[in-house]
Amino acid sequence: MLLEVKDLKVSYGKIEAIKGISLNVNKGEIVTLVGANGAGKTTLLKTISGILKPSAGVINFEGKDIQSIAPHNRVLEGVCQAPEGRGIFPGMTVLENLEMGKYARPNWKNELAEDLDRIYILFPRLKERQSQFGGTLSGGEQQMLSIGRALMSRPRLLLLDEPSMGLAPMFIQQIFSIIREIQTQGVSILLVEQNAAQALSCANRAYILETGNIVKEGAGKDLLNDDAIKKAYLGTGA
Amino acid sequence: MDFSIVVSEFASLFLDGIVVGAIYALVALGYTLVYGVLRLINFAHSEIFMLGTFACLGVTMLLGYTGYEEPIGIGLFLVTFILITVVAAVASGSAAMLLEVVAYRRLRRKGANRLSSLISAIGASFFLVELFRLLTDSKDWDFPRLLDKNSLFEVSSAYVTADKLVVLIGAFGLMFALDRIIQGTRLGRGIRAVSQDEKTAVLMGVDVDKVIAFTFLIGGVLAGVASAFYMLFYEATKFNVGFLLGISAFTAAVLGGIGNIRGALAGSFALGLIQQFSSAILGYNWRDVVTFLILVLVLLFKPTGLFGEAIQRARV
Repeated sequence: MLLEVKDLKVSYGKIEAIKGISLNVNKGEIVTLVGANGAGKTTLLKTISGILKPSAGVINFEGKDIQSIAPHNRVLEGVCQAPEGRGIFPGMTVLENLEMGKYARPNWKNELAEDLDRIYILFPRLKERQSQFGGTLSGGEQQMLSIGRALMSRPRLLLLDEPSMGLAPMFIQQIFSIIREIQTQGVSILLVEQNAAQALSCANRAYILETGNIVKEGAGKDLLNDDAIKKAYLGTGA
Repeated sequence: MDFSIVVSEFASLFLDGIVVGAIYALVALGYTLVYGVLRLINFAHSEIFMLGTFACLGVTMLLGYTGYEEPIGIGLFLVTFILITVVAAVASGSAAMLLEVVAYRRLRRKGANRLSSLISAIGASFFLVELFRLLTDSKDWDFPRLLDKNSLFEVSSAYVTADKLVVLIGAFGLMFALDRIIQGTRLGRGIRAVSQDEKTAVLMGVDVDKVIAFTFLIGGVLAGVASAFYMLFYEATKFNVGFLLGISAFTAAVLGGIGNIRGALAGSFALGLIQQFSSAILGYNWRDVVTFLILVLVLLFKPTGLFGEAIQRARV
């Protein structure tokens, strides 16, 4: 098991945003976490990355408890996140943003050219925009940059927070096909989404999160055909 | 009011404006860099500068200068002045790092709001001022004249003297070095990343505490060097020397757009020139009135500064 989350609780002050959830990601999988706004999806990813501290529970990565590892050192363990809202450094060029994905890696100079090639094959648009400032990119381009930057750190687990948010339908299709492409390159993915239809058809397994609790789990395809889920998340029920 | 002086003394006023602006710039960079990473005006920064001026004075005392010597030759001057500058930079740089640990880091770790940090900043400033008032007997302290200040050559009405040249060459060299550090080094990248998006910077593996400590070190070192240039140019200091200089440098940083490095440089030279020309027209006593007026007007009408609209792209 690559990632194992057990009985995790996270609170903002007195408000409990995650009320004891357990989930796991196996090597090579795309696992998605689907839920409405405020269900606790972003909170979970922030906690795995160490931005938030849980009040209880365990987070194991490759069999090792990572909670004692400082947030900024977790990227070296092999977990990297493309955060909600994309988190592009607006005053850095596309290339500089990508290089930031290498910040933690001691041997970054030797890896840089090879990894840039890899990212530019995945996202040819980024190569065209290489010397443009991150803040001037379109939403879809920023999302590509955010994912590409996370991949620069050579993660074994990629955390994606709502990659489809605010994108045009054409870009959404493209982003999800790239996510599958990344999977074939051997990177496991934990994908958080409101766009349930896309996320469920893309994922091997899925969890449904409602107000801090996991209410259902199963294979992505099965949940896609589940009547209750159709009704609540896909807008095609009844 | 006498406007003819602006024409007849233009070159002279311009040169002095640039020299004063260069000193402001080194201090303004400290305000702007720290604001970039912490979103906090480090109001004790002016005292880091003040501490530097006394470090300069301490070196000349230890070297046995009494202030009555003849100016020394250029070779000996350079060695002496580099020593003074290095000591001031080390003193101010380490004081700035200590200040960060004592006054800010604990509050930050506890998640205190910015108002608490601001109060802590002002408290640290008062503490340092009063400490130096006691240590220095509230006196004016003269800095020995190390360098002959006769004119080397003239450009129009401007007398170009060696001290002005030293300040200009030194300040521009340092600005270039800073640019290389910010653009070209790993920690420089870290400063830019934290300034632009702190949370994402952490996700990319940036150690924010380390970056903040490094930022205070750079700001302190620049203020220390500025204090050496200030002593060379003005040849006197006092426990409250940081106040007006700090306000001027802060005004320059705000004028250029706080958090923006190029803005701080542009604002500093602009303010240096404005001060010189307005003093010539209105009288020297009006200099600080003009400075405060600019500060108030910028904050009222263009709080993002001259380069405000470009701040997203140009920030650090």
